[in-house]
Amino acid sequence: MKKTFSIGGVHPDDKKISAGCAIEVLPTPKTVYISMAQHLGAPAKPVVAAGDRVKTGQVIGEPSAFISAYVHSSVTGTVKSVAPYRDLAGNPVMHVEITVEPDEWAEGIDTTDTLVTEIPQDVRFIVDRIKNNGVVGLGGATFPTNVKLCPPPGKKADILILNGAECEPYLTSDYRIMLEKNGQIVVGAALMKHVLGVDRVVIGIEENKPEAIAKMKEAAASLAAGSSDYAGIEVMTLKKKYPQGGEKQLIDAVTHRQVKSMGLPIDVGAVVQNVATSLAVYEAVQKNKPLIDNTVTVTGECFPKQSNLLVRVGTPLSYIIEYLGGMPESAAKAISGGPMMGKAIANMDAATLKGTSSILFLTREQTKRNPETNCIRCGKCAEACPMGLEPFLLNKLARNNMYDELEQNAIQDCIECGCCLYSCPANIPLLDVIRIAKGEVIRIIRGRTAPKK
Amino acid sequence: MTTTIIWTIVAITVLGVLLAVVLYLVATKFKVEEDPRIDEVEKVMPGANCGGCGFAGCRAFAQSCVESGNLDNNFCPVGGNEVMKKVAAVLGLEVHEKAPMVAVVRCNGSCANRPTVNDYDGIKSCKVKAALYSGDTGCSYGCLGCGDCVAACQFGAISMDPATGLPVVDEEKCTACGACVKACPKHIIELRFKGPKNRRVFVSCVNQDKGATARKACSAACIGCGKCAKECPFGAITVENNLAYIDFTKCKLCRKCVAVCPTGAIHDVNFPAPAPKPEAKPAPKPASAVKPAEEQKQEKPVAPKTAATDKKEE
Repeated sequence: MKKTFSIGGVHPDDKKISAGCAIEVLPTPKTVYISMAQHLGAPAKPVVAAGDRVKTGQVIGEPSAFISAYVHSSVTGTVKSVAPYRDLAGNPVMHVEITVEPDEWAEGIDTTDTLVTEIPQDVRFIVDRIKNNGVVGLGGATFPTNVKLCPPPGKKADILILNGAECEPYLTSDYRIMLEKNGQIVVGAALMKHVLGVDRVVIGIEENKPEAIAKMKEAAASLAAGSSDYAGIEVMTLKKKYPQGGEKQLIDAVTHRQVKSMGLPIDVGAVVQNVATSLAVYEAVQKNKPLIDNTVTVTGECFPKQSNLLVRVGTPLSYIIEYLGGMPESAAKAISGGPMMGKAIANMDAATLKGTSSILFLTREQTKRNPETNCIRCGKCAEACPMGLEPFLLNKLARNNMYDELEQNAIQDCIECGCCLYSCPANIPLLDVIRIAKGEVIRIIRGRTAPKK
Repeated sequence: MTTTIIWTIVAITVLGVLLAVVLYLVATKFKVEEDPRIDEVEKVMPGANCGGCGFAGCRAFAQSCVESGNLDNNFCPVGGNEVMKKVAAVLGLEVHEKAPMVAVVRCNGSCANRPTVNDYDGIKSCKVKAALYSGDTGCSYGCLGCGDCVAACQFGAISMDPATGLPVVDEEKCTACGACVKACPKHIIELRFKGPKNRRVFVSCVNQDKGATARKACSAACIGCGKCAKECPFGAITVENNLAYIDFTKCKLCRKCVAVCPTGAIHDVNFPAPAPKPEAKPAPKPASAVKPAEEQKQEKPVAPKTAATDKKEE
């Protein structure tokens, strides 16, 4: 029997309409805007100034704290400005604006396509390459990968899980890289396996992607036949259920271990990385290529040209849309990410980030919110919550600012997957309310624990 | 039958007397010593329990007044100086008179001034909207218009103006408790001196973008040009992060800044209509409301020569 996580979950329609589109390289735009806040944690500190000439892959931002990451120039050109620019939510964020010239790669970057399968034995070397090339988790949270691969002392991982679930409807970028760059992903997995010192790597893929499963199995088998470094890498077919790609859900699905409240995956000996992160790790370590491009799905029923594009970080969204033939009339909402967890784009001039996985266009019909009615205590939200929470209760408590009770009811464990909102027959904006209260409760918890340090 | 009734009455009476004695003894034995003045102070409080003073309610405030021994750090914004005088009388303490305050909405991004660039279809809550994105106009600092301040006001002093989409403060009802200040995720509302005859001058903008960006997003935005700061004879105006701020403790209400502001971001309220200026200096913006007529008759203009249009923000 195929595995999946044990509690909650919903089954939204797949809608992987861009699955058949091979990854296409998007030509570089005239100007790129590279954000200094492309990762979880402290924003990077810009190290270039207006007028500087930069090469593709050159460092333009340095980490400003332990949890932070390097940012590299995704193009060759001249820095036009280092100033606040609006991100896709419309908020001003420090960006480096670069006028693009033909590519000239920074020294030491291997731009060939040959698959380098030899695993360097020096763990320090691998971690440094990952760090210096600005690799962050591409599953959504953009947590710096090097930090995740170095668990705190006393904690040891025994399994690495690669997330190839791609459980969000519409998204196909991970699917395409699993089809087209499977070898690189497996090498990346082997690199991380070596760093963590684990024996077992599981690549979890949902059953609705049989070609990806076959391709990944094939790649893992052929590499395992060549070298012992690739032993213990297996592909696991998972039953389709949203949010399978959630870190804690995936660990539950693969190992049946459950991370306790406010815990981290490492507490149960697991480290989860996205397949796209694995590809970035491969490029960073084996090719010394910084994370300067990523695969972005551009899709939606109302969008004329479905596609999966290899996009340089910092490309304005408007340029991508222009390239694909412009915004359709019927599109009412553009979303960065999937329809379940993605964020609506308020500013089409904003630039892509390392973690941008998709631009999705939805029509007014599809995004229409029906009027909110009273809670009928049907319990569908509690049934759907993959964290075992009671959203109807959290909603009530949050609306009355009852923070102690919210904490007792584990609001801080909410993963903001949106299953409650999706399943509510009364159209109550559960997640909207809960997300705000969750932030407040986490702030209270941090405030309480911080002075003890 | 009669005996049953009699016995019942007797039993209940005896039981009542016994329990009363027990209650009396317990009450004397475990009596909580409390300063009787707390009750007296509480009596003169407004009793709104709004929390505007920073305490949980009127009783907590009264307790603090009695315990601290002075009234320097305690002030009831709802009752104002009147109530504080009463409190001081009860406790036999000195109280410094405080200038009455009022909530001021520092955003003039009305529908006309600030074109919308996208539609928001989520839950009508400023808190939620602010967490999602910068707002449905080009200005990422201004009013989100979902009315969290209206919901926070216990005195019914704030309402949304459907024409402008901005909150309007009723200065008669506003008690300056500060609930709306806390509720606004964009920190637009500020408590300022109510001013003599309710007249005050303030910068009705919190946009920190550079001039051009701010102007593009909103025609009534402060562009941080600094003209007002140069003009002010009292050094009350500072420009920081492309935004002017008038210190209400230093402002003498001369209204010179209002005249020089190129975008009309500086508002003066409750001043009588200025005399028409001889030279044709472009007025910042057309008046959005006209002054009550009787006020115009009674009051002498403070700075009659200013080109400022009389505006009513509340």
